[in-house]
Amino acid sequence: MQNKQNGGMSSRGSPESWVRTRRVLCRSCVDFTWRAVCAAKETTKRYLMGFRYPKFPVLALFTALICLSLSSCGRNHAGKIILAGSTSVQPFAELWADAYTAKHPGVKITVQGGGSSSGIESALTGTSDIGTSSRELKPEEEFGAGEKVKLQKVPVAFDGIAVIVNVKSPLTNISKEQLRELFSGHTNRIDNRPLTVVTREEGSGTRTSFQESVMRLPDSKTTERISNSALVQDSNGAIREIVAEDPNAIGYISLGLVDKRVKTLSIDNIPPTVATVKNEKYKIVRRFLFVLKNRNNPLSEDFIKFCLSPEGQNLIAKKGLIKINDTQ
Amino acid sequence: MKRNVAGKVLLLIALSSIASLAAITFFIFKEGLPLIFKVGLVKFLTGREWSPSSGEFGILPMIFSSVWITLGALVIGVPTGISCAVFLAEIIGDKTRKILKPAIELLAGIPSVVYGFIGVVILVPFIRETFGGPGFSLLAGSIILGIMILPTIISISTDSLKAVPNSFREAAISMGATRWQTTIFVTLRAARTGILASVILGMGRAIGETMAVIMVAGNALNIPHSPLDPIRPLTSNIALEMGYATGDHQKALFATGIVLFVFIMILNVTATGVSRLGLKTESLSGGRVK
Repeated sequence: MQNKQNGGMSSRGSPESWVRTRRVLCRSCVDFTWRAVCAAKETTKRYLMGFRYPKFPVLALFTALICLSLSSCGRNHAGKIILAGSTSVQPFAELWADAYTAKHPGVKITVQGGGSSSGIESALTGTSDIGTSSRELKPEEEFGAGEKVKLQKVPVAFDGIAVIVNVKSPLTNISKEQLRELFSGHTNRIDNRPLTVVTREEGSGTRTSFQESVMRLPDSKTTERISNSALVQDSNGAIREIVAEDPNAIGYISLGLVDKRVKTLSIDNIPPTVATVKNEKYKIVRRFLFVLKNRNNPLSEDFIKFCLSPEGQNLIAKKGLIKINDTQ
Repeated sequence: MKRNVAGKVLLLIALSSIASLAAITFFIFKEGLPLIFKVGLVKFLTGREWSPSSGEFGILPMIFSSVWITLGALVIGVPTGISCAVFLAEIIGDKTRKILKPAIELLAGIPSVVYGFIGVVILVPFIRETFGGPGFSLLAGSIILGIMILPTIISISTDSLKAVPNSFREAAISMGATRWQTTIFVTLRAARTGILASVILGMGRAIGETMAVIMVAGNALNIPHSPLDPIRPLTSNIALEMGYATGDHQKALFATGIVLFVFIMILNVTATGVSRLGLKTESLSGGRVK
């Protein structure tokens, strides 16, 4: 048995290479995990060869190992910003985060989804440094329930909401009236063609903005409800996917996320383009907001400054958003 | 001494799993009940309008959807599953069964998102082109769920068919029954409680499945009138709106969870009851034969 064990030891590779590899990998968890794996390998080998360990100490050791490895993983970075919120803002926030961290390697920026409502809430509770929202704040959100602080809003971009149909659809233009009739479920046909209406789920920023600008009746304060028989999907991408597949589908997504697999419709003869959003002819537009509890975190402020700088704004303009200072 | 300590550690670990069950139960009730009381239980369960942003919380369409999609899954899964179990237990030999049964059980290991994806890519366009409508429908959901509950139904039914003593079959055949008659009138009947339990367990899986259903069922809030209507079961409602929900909306999702919890509890208790009953009758009849 002794011989076999020695044989096993030497076959593991020369000690020099092991040391070198270790030096390269020697950063926090990696080193620790490596050691743990080696120890586990040895232990298992000896166990298989018939060496029986006393059971309880082994169990204790395992628990200790797991605790240790968990605690060594939660190491903090020098600078860290957490963004959370709207799934519509998320891809653009990621663009900014990548560009910013490329310039400031010490800073770590985490971008999370979750939705506008949870983004606003996370800014209020401090779970995130910056909450993102693709809709305007409700009054009760702005002040927070029972809290004395007022949330700070920083508009970072404009975004049009485009009404999209399948590329095979003969439709090219739709009136706001027709759109409202269609989404409220009063009719499911246009020019005698049946249409499948696809919408976002309750609580989505895109849905809220769409409802505000399309479903509101012209001469009153009431908005019509989006029909119960509409298909519901929980992301811009899922709606685009359905519309790209189904020749009869109609839906709405962020203008920045339109691609050539779907066709945008003109609303009252005004096509949704960067130009028409800029000159305010296209009306289904919303602001992307950063929401903060206070403005005294220098790191977040610097990041926001970067997002609003010409460089940051050009970055998102390339992806189809509208720069914040392009419209009034 | 050592054994004592190890025993206590194991007890602690075992208790922790029960504790997590208790904690989950406690929290969904704590979060959800206030809203049910606020809205009113009857209004919550029988309301047809679900619009949390304007303060309407009615989950009747989702209850209907859950029931319909589960029934649909059973219509598709049960006959297929039981015929497959009969085939595995009664018709083919041990050797083939040893290859086929694990292969079928592998179905249970496929992640539900993969089922959903296959549904979206293949089934939904197929339904849209063949029957019209949006394709995302009760029918698509039922078919996907029906396939997903197959492994549960097949493996438990096969086991209970195998557990029927051979003396039953021998007696039937010696009375002049054909093999077919033996299977239908003797074996299946003797194994009926096990088969019923497998169906109820499959039902539990169907009613609790979320991901695949969200992807293929369309999530519309209507009470379905035809198999081609899109539907939104209870589970989908929670998962779909969870990300954006705050305040009462979030509580309403927890309340939806309570309803689902009660549904599944009833199913599980029934399943346990049925299989216990089954054990009793099987041992009785076994005794009589001897």
